[in-house]
Amino acid sequence: MVAPFETPTARVPKAAGFNCPSCGAAIELHAQGWAVSVVCGACGAQLDATDDNLKVLQYGERVTATPRIPLGTRGTWRGAPWEVIGFQVVTISVEDTDYSWTEYVCFNPYRGFLYLSEYQGHWNVIEKLRRRPEREVGGVRPSVELNGTTFKHFQTATACTTAALGEFPWELRMGDRVVGRDFVAPPFILSAEASDNETTWSLGAYTPPEVIQKAFGLPTPLMQPIGVFANQPNPHANTPKRLLARFALSLLALVLMLVLNVTLAGNRTVFERAFTFSRAQEEQASVTDAFDLDGRTSNVAIDLASDLDNDWLFLVLSLINETTGETREVTRQLSYYYGADSDGSWTEGDKGETVRIASVPAGRYFVRVQAEGGEPGRASASYTMRIRRDVPHYGFYGIGLLALLVPLVLSFFPAASFESRRWAESDHAPTSSGHSDDDE
Amino acid sequence: MTVPQPHGVACPNCGAPVRFLWAQAVQTTCAYCRSVLVRRDLDLATLGQQADFPATGSPIQLGTEGQWHDQRFVVVGRIAYGWARGKWNEWHCVLADGTSAWLSDAQLEYAMTITAPSDFEVPPVMQVRVGETYFWNDSPYEVAGITEARYLGTEGELPFTTWEKSACLFIDLLNAKHGLATIDGSDAPPMLFLGEYVTFDDLRLQNLREFEGW
Repeated sequence: MVAPFETPTARVPKAAGFNCPSCGAAIELHAQGWAVSVVCGACGAQLDATDDNLKVLQYGERVTATPRIPLGTRGTWRGAPWEVIGFQVVTISVEDTDYSWTEYVCFNPYRGFLYLSEYQGHWNVIEKLRRRPEREVGGVRPSVELNGTTFKHFQTATACTTAALGEFPWELRMGDRVVGRDFVAPPFILSAEASDNETTWSLGAYTPPEVIQKAFGLPTPLMQPIGVFANQPNPHANTPKRLLARFALSLLALVLMLVLNVTLAGNRTVFERAFTFSRAQEEQASVTDAFDLDGRTSNVAIDLASDLDNDWLFLVLSLINETTGETREVTRQLSYYYGADSDGSWTEGDKGETVRIASVPAGRYFVRVQAEGGEPGRASASYTMRIRRDVPHYGFYGIGLLALLVPLVLSFFPAASFESRRWAESDHAPTSSGHSDDDE
Repeated sequence: MTVPQPHGVACPNCGAPVRFLWAQAVQTTCAYCRSVLVRRDLDLATLGQQADFPATGSPIQLGTEGQWHDQRFVVVGRIAYGWARGKWNEWHCVLADGTSAWLSDAQLEYAMTITAPSDFEVPPVMQVRVGETYFWNDSPYEVAGITEARYLGTEGELPFTTWEKSACLFIDLLNAKHGLATIDGSDAPPMLFLGEYVTFDDLRLQNLREFEGW
């Protein structure tokens, strides 16, 4: 059984100052008890922080690299205070080119360590992962699964510490090499570092420089990111999704309009008549009886149907307002041929067609018909003409649909271009020679 | 509830009063002279004296209270270890139901474990390699690290005696759900502890040490 324990709360004083055994400069330990090594800011000596006398691990050179967040800076991250106590420059070599990024060690005496990394203005806030990914998939495109999210392999590289300042919870020596594998699922990056007796996974979250500046109360803005980083969220990723929602709405509206148009359109047959064209009467026009077009100003459709048989017919149709004489003229050629050859039977043309005339005001009209043509061997051809008022027009909706689709299709391009810039920097770039895969 | 106190409530070495917080304690440390005291039946015997007890940067101390799942716990003892990256403590916690649990603070990453049932199979420590997978409770655990450690000292009450020990081998295994298994190879057969990583906030710790400036 647990009994009450009465001890006064112990108060831990600030660590006493130390002096660098190499150059004598003052050294303050902020993570005393947890820091394993400390790099003297004056002479660059790497010292054993677990040793009472700060034994020298390795002599160094004065560090010239300047942290963007000065050591000793206190910040707030997720409601807890953190102090920047260590800074290192890490370099990888890819195809004989060196790439360097910086890492910051942040400490809180109750919560331990938190890390930041920065590459050309791209910041990540990194926590050591205290669990294992659920699944690792090998092959050409390796991936790991963590918490149901798939992280795609981005890069495997050997990183080397090239400069350091301050305290580290591991034994840091200049030139230390570690093989790191990075997997991304923007805005997160999952990294594995393996040594003989330990594998460490950490999870980084892409963080805009403004957020870092605010969190650490920096007086001047941090540099803006250059290029696209491995786990930088794609700013265009949601554009197609957003447009898709808008597209769906517009499509719905379009369908609604179409339905309304079909149901509300009168589509009344106002006139119907059969004609017989004979070659003898060529160039003689005929006029129909008058008929009424009523209602609002609307369209008129003329359905032509013929019994053409390897023959053609050219029609000049004029819709004439009986009162005003206003004339709307359209011409159509009907032709229908068929036969058989070595490829089998064929047909060409159509026996019928519908002609549309838009915006015809109400009134009393008649049609003047002038027919021409016909194969010399054909004496006559019969056709019927049906006139309908207020016809639904489907073509508009086809064009409307197309107009809606275009921005949707175009919206995929910026997102795709961002992704290709991201992956161009990886081991899986389309043009890459696969250097790093070979290094694994 | 009062804990039955052994006859020799004074330290056999220096005479200072020794008070037990936990009835099942087998070993304790005199808070004044640092003698390691072992309870034999109802008497206290001195096993020896410790050198300076190493200071650690841990915010936890004897008497720290916290919560693990549904149970309150109190820290009654600790074992301090040294390894390549400095030191860490295994804090002996007594849960509200009277059982023991261990709160590890290595690198200030907190983990709570309890002794696994004795019928759980434990591999021979020398054969274990990083990256291998073992199953307990039908859950896979991957060997994340193998640590050579040495005893630096003990404080307070422990469920076993540590005096004869000096070096040991710890194997840490992790699973996908923050689960942690630790094989303590300092005894034969090795002991298996199962538990999980816990966050500082989850532990809801009280009576912590305070750090000047924080």
